[in-house]
Amino acid sequence: MSTHTFKPDMPPPGKVFGPMAWMRANLFSSWLNTLLTLLAFYLIYLIVPPILHWAILDANWVGTTRADCTKEGACWVFIQQRFGQFMYGYYPGDLRWRVDLTVWLAIVGVAPLFVSRFPRKAVYGLSFLVLYPIIAYCLLHGGVFGLTNVATSQWGGLMLTLVIATVGIAGALPLGIVLALGRRSNMPAIRVVCVTFIEFWRGVPLITVLFMSSVMLPLFLPEGMGIDKLLRALIGVILFQSAYVAEVVRGGLQAIPKGQYEAAAAMGLGYWRSMGLVILPQALKLVIPGIVNTFIALFKDTSLVIIIGLFDLLNSVKQAAADPKWLGMATEGYVFAALVFWIFCFGMSRYSIHLEHKLDTGHKR
Amino acid sequence: MQTQIGAPKQKLSFSDPKVRAWLFQIITIVAVVSLGWYLFNNTQTNLQHRGITSGFDFLERSAGFGIAQHLIDYTESDSYARVFVIGLLNTLLVTVIGVVLATLLGFIIGVARLSPNWMINKLATVYVEVFRNIPPLLQILFWYFAVFLTMPGPRASHNFGDTFFVSSRGLNMPAALAADGFWPFVVSVVVAIVAIVLMARWANKRFEATGVPFHKFWAGLALLIVIPALCALIFGAPLHWEMPKLQGFNFVGGWVLIPELLALTLALTVYTAAFIAEIVRSGIKSVSHGQTEAARSLGLRPGPTLRKVIIPQALRVIIPPLTSQYLNLAKNSSLAAGIGYPEMVSLFAGTVLNQTGQAIEVIAITMSVYLAISISISLLMNWYNKRIALIER
Repeated sequence: MSTHTFKPDMPPPGKVFGPMAWMRANLFSSWLNTLLTLLAFYLIYLIVPPILHWAILDANWVGTTRADCTKEGACWVFIQQRFGQFMYGYYPGDLRWRVDLTVWLAIVGVAPLFVSRFPRKAVYGLSFLVLYPIIAYCLLHGGVFGLTNVATSQWGGLMLTLVIATVGIAGALPLGIVLALGRRSNMPAIRVVCVTFIEFWRGVPLITVLFMSSVMLPLFLPEGMGIDKLLRALIGVILFQSAYVAEVVRGGLQAIPKGQYEAAAAMGLGYWRSMGLVILPQALKLVIPGIVNTFIALFKDTSLVIIIGLFDLLNSVKQAAADPKWLGMATEGYVFAALVFWIFCFGMSRYSIHLEHKLDTGHKR
Repeated sequence: MQTQIGAPKQKLSFSDPKVRAWLFQIITIVAVVSLGWYLFNNTQTNLQHRGITSGFDFLERSAGFGIAQHLIDYTESDSYARVFVIGLLNTLLVTVIGVVLATLLGFIIGVARLSPNWMINKLATVYVEVFRNIPPLLQILFWYFAVFLTMPGPRASHNFGDTFFVSSRGLNMPAALAADGFWPFVVSVVVAIVAIVLMARWANKRFEATGVPFHKFWAGLALLIVIPALCALIFGAPLHWEMPKLQGFNFVGGWVLIPELLALTLALTVYTAAFIAEIVRSGIKSVSHGQTEAARSLGLRPGPTLRKVIIPQALRVIIPPLTSQYLNLAKNSSLAAGIGYPEMVSLFAGTVLNQTGQAIEVIAITMSVYLAISISISLLMNWYNKRIALIER
């Protein structure tokens, strides 16, 4: 008779939790992975310390002139001294509160729209959309209510960048929606006109559009009708951007199931009411992230107005870096501009992703 | 009350959708045509008052200015038409280099973003988030003004093995000049390619008939190396290299890539690669894991699984947005106007327009060039897309 013997206990499993186990799983799981990890560390070693030294540790933070920049790193004094120019361009110093006020009004005005429980959002939003541009124009441009007139040639810096981007998208949205509807229309003539318009603007670079609006627009208008340089750029930007918005909106229109169109028709709604009450509210909701993405692209593209001589953020930096008093400050200037652009674009792209998750509710089967 | 259900309508009435459609279309066409006529009229009057004669005669006139980089021969007495060709070639050069480099870099970064290695993954993410959120023009200006123009002069240039020199004048590199064996070499490469195509056909046929696989890749590589190498042994080297040499204050001999070209291609490559990386990542992720499992359960090893199952399906998702990135790169090459690299916009729409004042003609030509590039790239890609598209039941 044999006695039953238990097998010896197995050894406990290796560490499954804790930093060591995490590193083994994610960094050193195979010899190839180990090699890649070491390569990554080497890359970081090559890139990060020099940047850290240049930008922070060895940087010059205090002073008023170039002579104060004695340390080896970046000379942030340049940015401090020219900060006003980068933000407002040549907007008169004692009137800059008007720009600040415009921005604060926008922030305070838009904030309720982000509160999901705010009552009567649509009414409030529409009245804001109508009133705010008027107030902003009065504040920025002046000439009414005893405000001193500030010509658009004095506008500049980040303020101009924001003006072009927001006016551009605000103008492009309605035009783009109309174009998208036109492209989906049953009437061949309207479809051809819209397709030609959209494909033309999408096929050419924005620079040529800006060139066109700055040299050809004056030729198109009746004689003796001068047109402001900023306005010319804005017209170019709006036409260009509307084509991209139209394509995004068309994507939304195509995503709406045919049953919705048929249901609207069966309810006896005509074309405009079925679009306005049934299709567009659903389609526009779908394409909000896409529109935010085109807005990011537009925001980056506003830097092109440098080519037609408007002083946006990038051009202000370029001008300031060419100042003989601050020669050799190009790197600091461009890094600063890049940081500002990056913060705006990255923020908006995060917001777009957040929206995509939030709106991802309907039309799933 | 009498009703006329089903009776054909004889009268033209506004409530008839067909009549309305006609009416709307006629109104649209009339509006578009009259707007065009109004603009045309205004332009005519304006041009007359300014004393500008329209027409394309100016293209024949002599340009009279120098150009920093021209791929074909050019002297100051050459015509504006030749300037146009030079601008076009420079645009195409930047576009082609940019597309190739951005695709390579983009695929590497895109795959790195999917890597199970945490460090590589995060590095790739940082790369994408940093570079796609900075305007391309700013990146171009940065590389040009803050990097290349602040480099030391030719005498203190960065020296890479005495063959490549990077200085504020750009990149000096050895020039490849045709030697005795050049044409035989070209012929041998063509022969090798033909041989590879024939070999692949034979291998495919045999595989379908018998199921015996053939190492097409390695055999093809061997053919591509052996045939031209034999030819080079018999007829002599196809190229001889002309090294750049420092003489006085600048380099003599060899090829030089001007800093404008370097800054432009570098910035566009880095910027576009960030977008391509995202496209590649989403393309690969769009192939469901079930596909991998199915392939593995059929007995495919990881390599063929990737090559024959994952990549063909991922490419279908990748190609359409990739096309629009290529188009964007071609259009973004116009940003060279910011640093004065002589391509279409800065050379033709900039310098030539300023010299001749023929705004309408110059802008029209420039825009049609970009339209032509856009349309041809999208036609090519649509053709390719159709070829690889999923054929459903």
